[in-house]
Amino acid sequence: MNVVVCVKQVPDTSDPDTEVHIDSSGKGVDESKFSFVINDADNYAVEEAILLKEDQGGEVTIVNIGPEAANQVVRMALAKGGDQAIRLDDEKFAFSDITATARLLSSAMGDLEFDIVMTGCISSDDGYSAVGVTLAQMLDLPHAAMVKSVEVIGEGKLKVGRELEGGLMEMLEIETPCVLTIQTGTNEPRYASFKGIRAASKKEIKVMDLAATGLSDDQVGEAGSTAVMVGYSVPVVGELAEILEGDAGETSAKLSGILKEKGLV
Amino acid sequence: MHDIFVLAEHREGELREITLEILTLAGQLAEQSGGKVTAVLFGSGVDDYAGKCASFADRVLVVDDPMYENFNSAAYQQALALLIKTEKPHLVLIGNTGQGVDLAPSLAVELDVPYSSDIVALTLEGDKPVATRQYYGGKIEGRIEFKDADLYVLAIREASTPAGEGGKSGEIQKIDNPVTTEVTVRKFLEYVEAAIGEVDITQSTMLVSVGRGIREEKNMPMMEELAEALGADLSASRAVVDAGWLPTDRQVGISGKTVSPKLYLTVGISGAFQHVTGMKGADVVVAINKDPDAPIFQYADYGIVDDLFKVVPALTEKIKEMKG
Repeated sequence: MNVVVCVKQVPDTSDPDTEVHIDSSGKGVDESKFSFVINDADNYAVEEAILLKEDQGGEVTIVNIGPEAANQVVRMALAKGGDQAIRLDDEKFAFSDITATARLLSSAMGDLEFDIVMTGCISSDDGYSAVGVTLAQMLDLPHAAMVKSVEVIGEGKLKVGRELEGGLMEMLEIETPCVLTIQTGTNEPRYASFKGIRAASKKEIKVMDLAATGLSDDQVGEAGSTAVMVGYSVPVVGELAEILEGDAGETSAKLSGILKEKGLV
Repeated sequence: MHDIFVLAEHREGELREITLEILTLAGQLAEQSGGKVTAVLFGSGVDDYAGKCASFADRVLVVDDPMYENFNSAAYQQALALLIKTEKPHLVLIGNTGQGVDLAPSLAVELDVPYSSDIVALTLEGDKPVATRQYYGGKIEGRIEFKDADLYVLAIREASTPAGEGGKSGEIQKIDNPVTTEVTVRKFLEYVEAAIGEVDITQSTMLVSVGRGIREEKNMPMMEELAEALGADLSASRAVVDAGWLPTDRQVGISGKTVSPKLYLTVGISGAFQHVTGMKGADVVVAINKDPDAPIFQYADYGIVDDLFKVVPALTEKIKEMKG
């Protein structure tokens, strides 16, 4: 069972205290105070791939689009059990939309033999929930999105559960090769061992630039995009909460007073 | 042609609200462009849904076939692509839901047309759609412009346009199933309902809801103590459940529970759309969060912008004092 996992490096905005500010270009955010991590859902995809490998044998290939700094995310996936990696890196790839991103990923799949391609089901920065399913169609493969359980039920067949609204699971049977977009909470992502980290430093990360992908200038980046994000803005907010002022002692006294007044305490 | 197709969504015997929301949005756009709104309904024995759609659309195209009793994106995609190629609408609107995200992106690739997803606002500038999306969990917004095309496939966020009153009486047209061979690459098996644990938070009158801002599992007892002082149950955002700090049945939000307590007190929750959708039925919402720009303050009645590790113990003490 060979699995390819697509991973994205994103700013660590998981902490609700992290502030996001638009930069002077209007098309990016100020990243100077961010640390970077693997996208949350992709982390679960990596774990699911490694669990399948441990159960079924085979190899796990990590694919990333990103600058050299994204190697930390790729290496960590290798340290956990990935066997090899491809990183697509060219300044022309910047501002790729869903379509251009999926096209780039598909260009890296050309020489790979795989049974399943996994992606996270959503990224924490852009939140398109679309790249994996787009990629599936480009590869002409069946797919299932928002997958929270994967079970091999026979030669070339999986039983997967898709998580729908309200936590309802849609169970389905799908043929391999296929593309699955993995939901957060699917498993318990492991930590890499020291041995794994040492081994990962020796594993190859193949870097592909535009020429290596075989794509042309107008198929990648903004030129290759059909839905272009032209500018960020600060959301116009409606009525805000009444903010209670003061130190913790004062605010908690005010709040408990309000709760009492409303008959909630 | 300015016609707009809207894919009707149903599940387990119910037409989902998103259908009426998008039909309402499509109606607003069609009024501007002079086009017609067509609801496209795949299902088995769906006359009732067709009737509901007809009051929001100029036309309802119904494909009634056992193949569509339950959602299967592979079957839906084939059928929809064939219909679109014949009917040539200008916009195809689909819910950015568990069904929609499993269908719309691949449909757009098959049709080779522009696509964007999780759209919170959609307008037309001339012939072309312009979309607004949220980024970084709703902390900023972005404007999406599309390349020229005859057709655009767009996935619309739930609850971004409230469903209107309807009042139209669209023509219901039953058509033959355009898919003539069985779809075998993917088969629907069954739905499995989420389990209910020892506490049913949909019935709770008081909830303390915790998010990633509490940082570590070892901080859970502090939250439990506040909940206990208030006589509240504990609920959580997805992140806390994913981390295993609380069981899945305590999750509030789109993929979790929809709650309607008298008090919903959030601690360290930033207020991404996926979460706040589940708490809109709450009477009084209080938010404790360090980031003054966190979206949660747009949904809260009262807010405390401060370090939760200072506020929570202080609040617990005050509540205890008050109760004696």
